[in-house]
Amino acid sequence: MPPAPDPFAQADTHDLVIRAEPASVRAALRRVTASPPVVDLATDLRSTVEIVLAEVLNNVAEHAYAELEGHVAVTVALHPGALWCEVVDEGAAMPGGSLPEGRLPQTDLAETDLPEGGFGWHLIRSMTRDLEYRRRRGTNRLNFLIPLVEYP
Amino acid sequence: MQLKTQTRPKVLTVSVMEDRIDAATAIQFKERMREVTRAGDQRVVLDLARVQFLDSSGLGAIVAVKKMLGPARPLELSGLTATVEKVFRLTRMDSIFTIHSSIEVAASHAAGT
Repeated sequence: MPPAPDPFAQADTHDLVIRAEPASVRAALRRVTASPPVVDLATDLRSTVEIVLAEVLNNVAEHAYAELEGHVAVTVALHPGALWCEVVDEGAAMPGGSLPEGRLPQTDLAETDLPEGGFGWHLIRSMTRDLEYRRRRGTNRLNFLIPLVEYP
Repeated sequence: MQLKTQTRPKVLTVSVMEDRIDAATAIQFKERMREVTRAGDQRVVLDLARVQFLDSSGLGAIVAVKKMLGPARPLELSGLTATVEKVFRLTRMDSIFTIHSSIEVAASHAAGT
């Protein structure tokens, strides 16, 4: 008798759990972008997915866990017209319990005052929609959609 | 973080020989840039033609290098790949750098030809 199909083994979904630190984030990005469903997207969309996930995962490593070790789970699933993403970690909550606005840092400044950070949430918000953050029982859960239209 | 430098009379070109400048390598990139630009006073062209991926940490590191070199020694960029160009454009950091299509264009521009 053939084995029952695994209901979680779907070609249009990819999930993995990684250690929340930069080298593991890099390896995870390589794997997510080289596997279905992301590998089948147009090059421009693949790079959008990679940038967004890089920013989200590095934020978890740098801010939610900071100096602590921890894990982060990523799931991407193909929906009609969008890539559905979920990122779950057990680090510190978002300050104030909500997501940063992602306002772009000022750039019309003297060179010595140019911003070296603060770009991450702007990039995330530029390339996603329906961002939703929930904190429950010590867990951060971030959901968003990446529209599958070529970015202008 | 491997960088390849070429010193010309009026310009120092620095080619990044890696395919990413990201959170895992941003600090190392800054340190290496500090080392290779220590001597000399030419303009600096940073060639990113091999860099396929840049995140906000990498972008911050490039801005930090520009600040480190100071206004007397402008940092220019060349050879932005599609993903790198997108990150510069979305953060409007493309407005604070002179960006050349290629290292050859950047070098000839610097030589005044």
